[in-house]
Amino acid sequence: MKQLIRSEKRASIGKDPLSLLLRFLVILAAAITFGVLLFLIGYILVQGIPYLTPSLFALKYTTENVSLFPAIITTLEMVFLSLSIAVPLGLFTAIYLVEYAHKGNKLVEVIRLTAETLSGIPSIVYGLFGLLFFVTYLNWGFSILAGAVTMSIMILPLIMRTSEEALKSVPDSYREASFGLGAGRLRTVFRIVLPSALPGILAGLILGIGRIVGETAALLYTAGTVAQIPPSVFASGRTLSLHMYILSSEGLYTDQAYATAVVLLLTVLLINILSVYVAKKFTKE
Amino acid sequence: MKKYQETIMRGVFLLAALASILAILLICFFLFANGLPAMSKIGFFDFLLGTNWSPNDVPPSYGIFPMILGSIYVTAGAILFGVPIGILTALFMARFCPLRIYKLLKPAVQLLAGIPSVVYGFFGLVLLVPLIRNLCGGNGSSILTASLLLGIMILPTIIGVSEAALRAVSEHYYEGALALGASHERSVFFVVLPAAKSGILAAVILGIGRAIGETMAVIMVAGNQARMPTGILQGIRTLTANIVLEMGYAAELHREALIATGVILFIFILIINLSFTAITRRAK
Repeated sequence: MKQLIRSEKRASIGKDPLSLLLRFLVILAAAITFGVLLFLIGYILVQGIPYLTPSLFALKYTTENVSLFPAIITTLEMVFLSLSIAVPLGLFTAIYLVEYAHKGNKLVEVIRLTAETLSGIPSIVYGLFGLLFFVTYLNWGFSILAGAVTMSIMILPLIMRTSEEALKSVPDSYREASFGLGAGRLRTVFRIVLPSALPGILAGLILGIGRIVGETAALLYTAGTVAQIPPSVFASGRTLSLHMYILSSEGLYTDQAYATAVVLLLTVLLINILSVYVAKKFTKE
Repeated sequence: MKKYQETIMRGVFLLAALASILAILLICFFLFANGLPAMSKIGFFDFLLGTNWSPNDVPPSYGIFPMILGSIYVTAGAILFGVPIGILTALFMARFCPLRIYKLLKPAVQLLAGIPSVVYGFFGLVLLVPLIRNLCGGNGSSILTASLLLGIMILPTIIGVSEAALRAVSEHYYEGALALGASHERSVFFVVLPAAKSGILAAVILGIGRAIGETMAVIMVAGNQARMPTGILQGIRTLTANIVLEMGYAAELHREALIATGVILFIFILIINLSFTAITRRAK
């Protein structure tokens, strides 16, 4: 059958001008999409790599060296804090939805709708909320903590959805076997279901890291923009993306902005490769 | 003892599940509680349809209509560039490309989605802005530039959702068309594509949501002048940009007016989300 279709395909080439045109359009569009991606990456790397000097990685930020090292530390701290809030919440929600809730439960519908709505809200609205609630109302000030909690709400739907899919893909026979051996629901979830769903959950977590690393708008008015290694979670600090935005909007440090773009792009590239690798491992099993 | 543990953990899971509901309620409450008073102080229609935004004048004037138009214009522009290319690329990936190439393209689309918006914005700033300035005149920061950049940024959303919709179309449709003598291209374009139209519509709506909510990249290339747009080569300010640009120093009514801008944006997004949900539910 496949061969038949293929020969049909070959036969149609060169016969019908409309078909040719359509084929041309499709290939052109794909070429544009991936051309733009390759060009963007190439352009940033070629322009930026020469500016990656050792002074950019100095321990302390000054207006002379425009070091991005504090921003890297702040970013790591932000990722760690946000994930340590969002992952338990998202994972536990997924466990409730998949393992505990009965079919046709109204609450499940409501939670799904909530997650869909949350994932559509633009990051600036999260930033505004973080400013109003965490920074002002709870009086945390511009701080890593306010930024991290805001980010954790933002990536919660992502963690929830990926964990839910990972849990759902564990075959029911695993659970039944575990119940059959006398294990309770809790034991089944933690000993049997979670380990098999781990790669899928990890892939979601990695995507979450990508979102946090790339975020700017939600952090500008929650974590603040002080260029320092934050001494505590109640201090302000700028992440790498925020650092880059400030450099390029000040207009004085375009070279360093290029270099920061390289670091960001490489990080994102690494994160993507990692998530593809993990997901592949997942589908193989 | 064991029974006890089960009940506690069940409660913990349920509490976690309620967290997202709590989050959305808090977001709604804090936005509306801080934004609505400003709207009533300024006057709802003066705020929404006023064409003059000059918070530093005496007396100040808070009309966000130019920003509403700005958001709509750049979003429309992004759709104009992004949707045709996105759908055609999705067609290529779902129906035209060999598996070997597909294995490279799929992660590439994910990468396109993963690139931070500041990096897109910076790319627009150093490359697109001078390009538009040289090709079309003006100072380069314009509706056109922002539309082009947003068009690129919504590509992964459009491609991802459309491709899934195209793949969900039953193979019988395609085979039926071939059997009737249609070429591969004609079968795909005139049979498979129409069958996937509700999924593709959902992709476009999701793309609109992305474009209207995008902030940093737009700020870097759109010029940000708060005035009524008259041509596509002129600078424009979007709703999102208005919040970010002035929140840093705004106080009192000005600050509240910015939060109210956020409320309007939030309502836009809720409408878009609801239509997306309605369409995907109906498709199921």
